[in-house]
This record gives sequence, structure tokens and C-alpha cells, in this order.
Amino acid sequence: MGTIAKIHEMLTSKQCSCTELTKSYLEEIEKSNGELNAYVNVTGDEALKTAEKVDKKIASGEEIGLLEGVPMTLKDNLSTKGIETTCCSKILTGYKPIYNATVWDILQSQNAVMLGKTNMDEFAMGSSCETSYFGGATNPFNTKHVSGGSSGGVASAVGANIAAYGLGSDTGGSIRQPASFCGIVGLKPTYGSVSRYGLVAYASSLDQIGPITKSVEDASIVFDAISKYDDKDSTSKGYNGNTYSSLNNDIKGMKIGIAREYLDGVRDDVKEAVLNAAEVYKSLGAEIVYFDLPALKFALPVYYIIACAEASSNLGRYDGIRYGYKTEHYNGTHDMICRTRSEGFGEEVKRRILLGTYVLSAGYYDAYYKKAQNLRGTIVKAFNDAFTHCDVILAPTVPMTAFEMGRAVSDPIETYLTDICTVPVNIAGLPGVSVPCGFNAKGMPIGMQLIGKSFGEAEILNAAYKYQQAAGENFKDTKWGVKL
Amino acid sequence: MKYELVAGFETHIELATKTKIFCGCTTQFGGEPNTHCCPVCIGLPGTLPKLNRQVVRYGIMAGLATHGEIAEISKMDRKNYCYPDLSKAYQISQLYAPLTIGGYVELSSGKKIRLHHIHIEEDAGKLIHQHGDTYVDYNRGGVPLIEIVSEPDIRSIDEAREYVEKLQQVMRYIGISDCKMQEGSMRCDVNISVRPVGSEKLGTRTEIKNMNSINNICKAMEYEFERQVDLIESGGQVVQETLRYDDATNTTSSMRSKEDAHDYRYFRDPDLVTIHVTKEEVEEIKSTLPELPTEKCKRYVDELSIPEKDAQLLTKYRNISEYFDKACEGVKSPKTVSNFIIGQIFSRVETEADKEVFDVSVSPEQLNELVKLLDSGKIRNNLAKATLEKMLDSGKGALEFISESDMGGLDENAMIELCKQAVESNTKAVEDYKNGKEKAIKALVGFVMKNSRGKADAAAAEAKIKELIG
Repeated sequence: MGTIAKIHEMLTSKQCSCTELTKSYLEEIEKSNGELNAYVNVTGDEALKTAEKVDKKIASGEEIGLLEGVPMTLKDNLSTKGIETTCCSKILTGYKPIYNATVWDILQSQNAVMLGKTNMDEFAMGSSCETSYFGGATNPFNTKHVSGGSSGGVASAVGANIAAYGLGSDTGGSIRQPASFCGIVGLKPTYGSVSRYGLVAYASSLDQIGPITKSVEDASIVFDAISKYDDKDSTSKGYNGNTYSSLNNDIKGMKIGIAREYLDGVRDDVKEAVLNAAEVYKSLGAEIVYFDLPALKFALPVYYIIACAEASSNLGRYDGIRYGYKTEHYNGTHDMICRTRSEGFGEEVKRRILLGTYVLSAGYYDAYYKKAQNLRGTIVKAFNDAFTHCDVILAPTVPMTAFEMGRAVSDPIETYLTDICTVPVNIAGLPGVSVPCGFNAKGMPIGMQLIGKSFGEAEILNAAYKYQQAAGENFKDTKWGVKL
Repeated sequence: MKYELVAGFETHIELATKTKIFCGCTTQFGGEPNTHCCPVCIGLPGTLPKLNRQVVRYGIMAGLATHGEIAEISKMDRKNYCYPDLSKAYQISQLYAPLTIGGYVELSSGKKIRLHHIHIEEDAGKLIHQHGDTYVDYNRGGVPLIEIVSEPDIRSIDEAREYVEKLQQVMRYIGISDCKMQEGSMRCDVNISVRPVGSEKLGTRTEIKNMNSINNICKAMEYEFERQVDLIESGGQVVQETLRYDDATNTTSSMRSKEDAHDYRYFRDPDLVTIHVTKEEVEEIKSTLPELPTEKCKRYVDELSIPEKDAQLLTKYRNISEYFDKACEGVKSPKTVSNFIIGQIFSRVETEADKEVFDVSVSPEQLNELVKLLDSGKIRNNLAKATLEKMLDSGKGALEFISESDMGGLDENAMIELCKQAVESNTKAVEDYKNGKEKAIKALVGFVMKNSRGKADAAAAEAKIKELIG
């Protein structure tokens, strides 16, 4: 049984009250957050208020929904009315939104108990959570290792059982990669299936909000709740399906494709774990098909050009005039903006703003941005073709396991390369789910991802669920947090 | 050497939609600073724009009214620049795929000033400098604009003036903007260069930004034309730069040079989807457009026999032409209606502002009734004129002032009787007429008119008198 269903049963059978449950989560956060650094802002009072509301409902005999009273967390780039939303950047310190992100409106209306906001790479730019202004979140399997990024805080909290689930955002792998590093499940939905309204933009054409959970069924429950059409987001299409009801469908005859390019340059232990998973699928009656996806070699440069271009524009608004950090000493407006941005942004953010500004500049636009857009079309087409050979694609989530803290900072280019398996999905706007599929010799988790057709969440979640049923040993608990 | 002026216009027009282009805030002018704002139009992190379809509709109307082609597919782009009045540090505009392409504005000479395109975009807020501090008011941020970009087809100050006036007139006619330059709902940037007459090559241009009256546009262009000619004549070169015009000194001065020009780093706005406009939608919008002033003016001249000068006066503002159209319904002589409007009514609606509103105490239906009485011969011109004055004073209908006995022409016998009396009692005039003084007949006709209280047909009376005198 998934964590959400288990908590729901505990609450409805009155094994414990929502307040007791929430308190125990808050206590565990208090005990472990010093070492995990998963939370950047714990909102205990608000959490207990919601818990009390849920308890009253239960006491009065009212029925409660599956997500009602379940303690969870939001990545710190999701706008929460009246609660600081910093994107883990100095430049947004003190900024309290006056409105809610649509996803938070939805969950709040279902009485989700938010324990607090979790750590992330600054403005979601990074693959280790270490570009956070508050320092990186650590890995619950080994706190000398990174949690991954950018949604490192959510993954660390969920992996350490100090949140039952969380919402992250995925621009180039920011949900799947930390889920993979922390041995849990992370779903990056189809572009347009979850409203982006209220998600502080990094790269608007790639960003997508999704769940990070302990199990596939939890991911499915949360996804079904948040994937609604939203009039406030012009790119929103909603999801007219129910993934939860199609879990546990038979996968006999399902064609699972493996693109050879996805296995290039992948560490042996990771490759082995993914190929073992293919064997598991075979035993479940699925067919494994190998094929070539040469367009994948364009994915990383295309991603960094498009993401940085959009970021350079999206982050222009942080000028110290209306909200957030503002420099103390300045001489005139221009100087104020320059100083505020120089002092307020971290190195990685500045690097990407500069890169993005460059590729959009007169004289370079055609050579970089336009070319990247054209290649984006090529990649989209390549995936469409691939899905004529297979139903879902199986690939590693990351070519490696969680590395040690400090390494990413010292070598940004090598860190960019860790995104190689995750970015293609964002470029093509497809859904992808990362699922634990083994451990390396040091006991660090390995993740695999299942990539689906556009709006094919039900199919990949079902395939992931089947795997979880067959290979449950790869879904391991850590020593931390609340024991349900 | 003689020089020729070459100019093109970029005209920003604020659209009269109720709400802003990307959110539900009001577009009302004024208001306490920062009260017409929401998370979207102040660009709070995480907010997303949602295109107001009415803006597209108004843009299409502007395109159709200027004979442009409406793009079936157009897109929104981001124009990136950093300024405190721009809350997102980019303006959402259109560069790569604007809403309408081409078109023209026809001047009274028949010359067509070609348009390059029209695009839709959002306005910025504004800075307020007070007591040594600078404040920002975002009320105007997100108010929808169209930008009408012309080709460099303008060759004189007069053409420039007429172009701007024509644009203003057309946009007001179709009701998409009030085009008030003094309130900033219409703003012009002028690109201007000079070249020797006869030369085909364009000279280096300068751009004069943000002028807020037609007179200032003309004065600035005049100054800039002479400055450029003087510069070339004295062996210098025009430098490509952006200028501002100071109306106090009537001079232009440099804002920034070409080297300092912004690189706006335009790219497609990923937050907004492609704008699709179907042929059916264009047809539907076309069918709702009013008759445009140029066409209207032509129709008045060709079909209603209104003199061109009068037709222009009648079509200058939509309210006047609509008044005229209504007052003309079913009348025999539209010219009479036109004369009443341009004569008696205009003398009471003197300013241009009042003419634009054209709130007249006599309704077009009332004027129509009066002219029909005249048409049918029931009353004569003099009586009609006097009646219209009374109507304008009181707002009451013609029948309030004209009695039964005033109406109905004089019967023939009575008329003949009066003519006889005129000949008998004015022997001097009869003598004069016989001696060749043609004008003397007028006195005799006057006698008939006076004694019939204006009801006699003057032409018929004159003929009868001539017959009697022999």
C-alpha cells in the first residue's frame, strides 16, 4: 500500500488523529533537518491549523478525500499566498506572494497539510541542489552525497519520510533526477497537463510541475489531483484521464523500447540495473525493442540554449524595485538594479542569464536560438517516430548515482552532462517517470525512467506500477523520519 | 540643391477595450496610482498572461479599416529591456508574425501611404518624478495597444499631418480608440531622412520619439528637416540616432545613438499560444465595420451630389455623418440636409471637440421631418430656416412651430390674384422692368411672397407676373 493510502486509512480508522500525525512529522523535521537541509521554511502553525480542520471533519463523521490531512511539502518555487517563496535565491528573500499557485489552490482546497517549503537549486538551475542560497539538501541514503536537483529538498524530505509526498518542478530533469538519487518516484507530466500558474518560471516552454513520492500509486493519486485545465495558463490542456484506475492493467504484449543512445556513456552499474529492469518486464510479458534515436545527441545543447534564453528573459524582473532583495547603497536607478542583481543572484544563475542573453543577441540569434528551436522540432519528430516502434521507452534517469557534495560546484560542465538522459523529455514535452531500479555497490539508489507518448501518463504509471509490484526490493526505506 | 523629405510613422494607439490585454484589470485612464493592477499586470513571479481576445478583434478591425491582410496565424514575442516602468523587464509584443500585414492610408490627393504591418502589444506603466524621488504607477501597464507601422512614403509635412489625421479619424470611426494625443492614447514616433530631389537612395534617418500633438509632429519634422539639410549642405553627415523633441524650444536633441541602441533580444513568448484567426471570423468582423470616412465621402459626392468640401465636413466625425445619414432618410434633397447641418447647426457646435460628440438638441429624425415638409412643398425655405432656429432653441419638433394654415401651398387662383395685385399696386416697378431693369421683377415677387406669408412658389409667381406684364 502506498504512503498516501496508508495515512488515509490511519486517519479514517482513527489509529491516530491528523494533529498527532502532523506533530510527529514536525518533530522528525526538527530532528533531521539540520543534517538533511531539506526544508528551508517549516510552516508548523499553518500545518496544525489544517490538521485540526481535518480532525473536526473526521470527528463529525464526514468523509475525507485521499489527500485530505496528508502531510506534504512544496518546492520553494511554487507560490504560496502569505508564505515566503524564495526559489532559494537571495534576490527573493522576504518575498511573500499575494496569490497561490493553481496546484496549491487545488491541494489546499483538499486540506493537504503543508509542512513547509523545501530546498532547491537557485531558481531551479542546477542538478545537485547545491546552488541554493541556503546550501544544498543532502541525500537520505548518505548525507555526504547530494540529494540531486533541482527539486533536491522535496526528494530529500520524501526519501527521509519527513513529508509523505511533495510537488517539484521539472525543466530538464529536476523532478526525476533527485527522485532517482534519493531512491523514490518522480513524475514529470506532459507539458500542459498541470497548470504552471504560480510556478516561478525558469524556462517557460520546458517547466512542468509534478509529484515526488514514495510509490507509483502515490504519484498517480497526486497527479490525478493536480492535472486540471486552468484558464489562467494559456498552455494548459489538463488531463482528461484517470491514471489511478488504470494501475495494475496487464502489460502483456506491451512494447518497451530501449534507445541505444540512452545507454551511451552511462556508468556500468546503472546500465546493468536498467537492463535488469528490462528482464523484469520480459518476465511480465512485455516485449523489449531496441532502436536508434540519433537526435538525442542534440538534446543537451538544445536544452541549455533554450532554457538559458528563456531564463534570461524570465529573470529580468528581479530588479529590487517591487519585491525581494534590494541593495543597500546605490547611486540612481540603474546602479540600484545592477547592484541588486549582482548581489542577489548566485554564480550559476548569473552564468545562465549571461548565456541566455548571448544566444538571443542580435547576430547570434540565428546561429544559436533559432537553430536550437529547429532542432527541438527534430527531437519532437524523432520521439514521435520512436513511438511507432514501441509503447513506452525505458532509459536510465541519470548516467550515475548521487555524487558527493561539492563536486558539482567545482565542475559545472560535468554537472550539465548529468542531465543528458532527462532533458530530451522536456524538449519534446513528453511525460517521464523515474522509478528506483537498484543500488550500486555503495548502496546508493539507481533510477530508471519510463517515457510515454504525449498525455500517456496512464500508460507509463501502469508500467511503473507493474515493475514496483515485481521488484519491490528496490523501493527501500531510509533510517529517517516518521515510521507509519 | 533642393532636398526632399522622406518620413515613415510608427503610431501607437491605445485600444478601448474594457480590460487589459493579459488580465482582467480595468483600462480606465487615471485612477489612484497602482489601483488598476493585479499579480499578472505587475508581473509577480509565477504569473502568466492570458490574451484578451477583444484585443485581437480590435486589431483585425484596424487592419481591415486600413486595407491590410489579416494573418491567419500570428504570434506574441517578448521584447526584452530593463526599465522600472516595465514590470517583467520585457514587453509582450509582436515582431516575427504580426496580426495584420500591409495595407494603406489614402490621402485626399489619392496618394496611398503604405503600411508595413499592424501589431498588438501591451503598454508600460509610467514613472512619476516628485520631490526628488521617482515613483512607478503600473495602472497603464498592460493596457492594450496597436502599433501601426508605415512605409517611408511621406514626402511633406502636409502629408504627415494628413496621414495622422486620417488614421485618427478612421480609428475613431471604427470605435477602437479615442485617439487622444494629449492623454497619450495616440502617440507617434517619426523616422525622418532627407535626400536630393530626384534621388532614389534613402538618406540616413533619425527617429523622433513620442510626440503628443499633431502640431508638435509638424514642427518637429520641420525643424529636423532643416537641421538635416543644413548638416549635409555644410558638408556634414546625418547620424542615425533617436531624438526627443522639446516643444518649448522647438528643437530636437539626442536621446541615444545607434551604438547605444537597445538589443531587444526578441523571441517568441512561450507563455502564449499561437493566435489563430479564421476567414469566417474576418468576414464576420468585416460585416460589422461601419462605412469608412473616405468611402462615405465619395458616396456623398457621387450619389448625393454633396459638394466635396461639404462632404468632408460631414464625414470628419462619425457622429456627424451618422446624424446626416439618419436625417437624409427618404428625403428628396440631401443637399438641403447638408446645408442645414453645415449652416445653422454647425453655428451652434463650434469647437472640434463638440463636433466630435455632436450632441445637438434637434434629433436627426426631427430634422428629417422638417426637410420632408420642405420637400413636399408644404412649407417654403424661409419658413423652414426660421423653424429650425426655433427647434434648435427648444429641442421641439417642427410641427410645434408650424400651424395648419402655414402649410399647403397657395392655390393657383389665389396666387394669380396676388400677382395681379402686385402689378396694379407697383406701377413704378412694372415701368422699370419694361425699361429693361431685370431686377425690378424681384420687388413684384416679393410683394406676392409677403402677402402669401411665404407660402407662394416664388418661381411660379415670377413666371405669372412676367406673363401679366407681357
